[in-house]
Amino acid sequence: MPLRIIVLIKQVPDTKNVTGEVMKPDGTVNRGALAAIFNPEDLNALEMGLDMKARFGGEVIVLTMGPPRAADILKDSLCRGADRVILLSDRRFAASDTLATSYTIAQAIQTHLAPYDVVVCGRQAIDGDTAQVGPQAAEKLGIGQVTYADRILEYNGSTMVIRRDLGRTQEVVEAHLPVLLTVPKTANAPRWPNARLLLKYRRARSAFEVEGEAKAQGRTVDEVVNGLRAKGLFIETWGAEDIGADLSRIGISGSPTKVKKVENVVLTGANLKLFTPDDTGVRDLINELIEERTFG
Amino acid sequence: MSQHGDVWVFAEVEDGKVAGVSLELLGKGRELAGELGVGLSAALLGHQTRCLADKLFAHGADTVYSAEDERLAQYTTLPYARVLTDLVNREKPEIVLYGATPVGRDLAPRVASALKTGLTADCTDLQIGSYESGGRLYQRKLLQIRPAWGGNIIATIVSPDVLPEMATVREGVMHIPEPQEGRTGKLVEVPVELDSECGAVKVLERHTQPRRVDLKAANIIVSGGYGIGTKDTFALLHELASLLGGAVGASRAAVDAGFIHQDHQVGQTGTTVRPKLYIACGISGAVQHRAGMEDSAKILAINNDPSAPIFGIAHYGIVGDVREVLPKMIKAIKGKL
Repeated sequence: MPLRIIVLIKQVPDTKNVTGEVMKPDGTVNRGALAAIFNPEDLNALEMGLDMKARFGGEVIVLTMGPPRAADILKDSLCRGADRVILLSDRRFAASDTLATSYTIAQAIQTHLAPYDVVVCGRQAIDGDTAQVGPQAAEKLGIGQVTYADRILEYNGSTMVIRRDLGRTQEVVEAHLPVLLTVPKTANAPRWPNARLLLKYRRARSAFEVEGEAKAQGRTVDEVVNGLRAKGLFIETWGAEDIGADLSRIGISGSPTKVKKVENVVLTGANLKLFTPDDTGVRDLINELIEERTFG
Repeated sequence: MSQHGDVWVFAEVEDGKVAGVSLELLGKGRELAGELGVGLSAALLGHQTRCLADKLFAHGADTVYSAEDERLAQYTTLPYARVLTDLVNREKPEIVLYGATPVGRDLAPRVASALKTGLTADCTDLQIGSYESGGRLYQRKLLQIRPAWGGNIIATIVSPDVLPEMATVREGVMHIPEPQEGRTGKLVEVPVELDSECGAVKVLERHTQPRRVDLKAANIIVSGGYGIGTKDTFALLHELASLLGGAVGASRAAVDAGFIHQDHQVGQTGTTVRPKLYIACGISGAVQHRAGMEDSAKILAINNDPSAPIFGIAHYGIVGDVREVLPKMIKAIKGKL
């Protein structure tokens, strides 16, 4: 039986590449200056989805929730081999915490993408590092979850045998479908975008991008959308109404957690005492450590 | 009786013992419960684990809710989430804390979603305080403090309108207070009701390798980064560590470069440590690494780049080549100890 595989991805600020240019003079990070990238472990999730499709047959649908520019990572997904991509974007989704996000995603899946077999997402995103949206979406969908899934060992039509990598512990589990998996970076090496697909999807557009282009070309939005759709280049975009969302459960009103305070981490100069890298310096250092009873 | 619910700790069981992080949380939970004027409870799920209740009492629990069932013998998400969700719905705790372990990070979001409550991941500090929003003042709220944006910011999160307030807490960050042997409390047996849907995921096999290194127990850690240049230089770090009775740590960059096994990794994605002395060799001091070691009592940085951020948090520094400085240190210590 061909699988319907849904991959959840997120566009994130590149927090792992904080270079001098994004540091402000006071030693804090200018968060607006960080590049927006495909969350690294979501690439592992996409790879696992594409690999499942290659081994067992089926289709890979990629879903992201984010601002209009998140269409960039959907185009990237198409170029890596996704069959269909969907952008969940609505001003009212903004400021969602993990509970509101998982509700919105689960609502989109239940409304338009059921029945499905597997939902795959990265273990965690590098902006929040929470690892919560996967398990919360599984709960909302009423399906089982396998976190830290690093290998699909078997698929027999109704169950999958999956290996979990928990650091010191390896576990093999059997999961009934549908199931949600979260994938760590150790699972695989994500493929690169394909050159032929890059050429093809260069002209893929989301609903947001179409508006401006239609105006510039003197055509109606519908004309442009239909033209793109015919060529498989239109990126479906769903808002709150499209997924029948309960407005009290999305965005800021659906988010029980609030940010009380954010402090930038500043490198504070401790009372650094420097020693010279020669025998004298090293001896002085060792003496001091012994005197203050850090050693011995 | 307080009109408020207790502070709860999910007691994680690892190899038949209460996980260290759960004992850390009981210590912190005791403080929070004291400030709120409520009791401290532990939720203990498993099979033949009721004997662990005494340990939880000794570490500060007033009440232990014990759910015993064969189907809870090994952690699996759905049965644990079902039992804990039902229990929380019945007993209405004010706060529920979990260790940010693979188990806690799998379970807590599932439970939070079922309860439609807030959850903050991977906290490094918890306090009781107030929160003001829209002209409304919320008091005695759990302030959930955690790094975000790759450690570049520290955020304080609250869940003002929902109960229970829930958080997972990073391992190794809270201290374990001295247990009071013989301290007792109330043991509550919890009925276990599970339907067939809870069996959707079954464990077929499970292997655990012993820890190669116990960084948390080490008083002195000699840690190497990408800057030490080669795998072979780690031999010098091992020599210094064994001379000092310490352990060898590493930055993620050193692990990624294949210099040393991942078990040695200190930092946001590795182990959080707080030794008496942390010797950072060729470690630049990226925020992710600092998050795992900056609470060390003393930090010694050895790096040939004087502008490396590690010097910003170090107490002692040597600007120089690790491969030249370490042999000098080894020689000097051999002469002294």
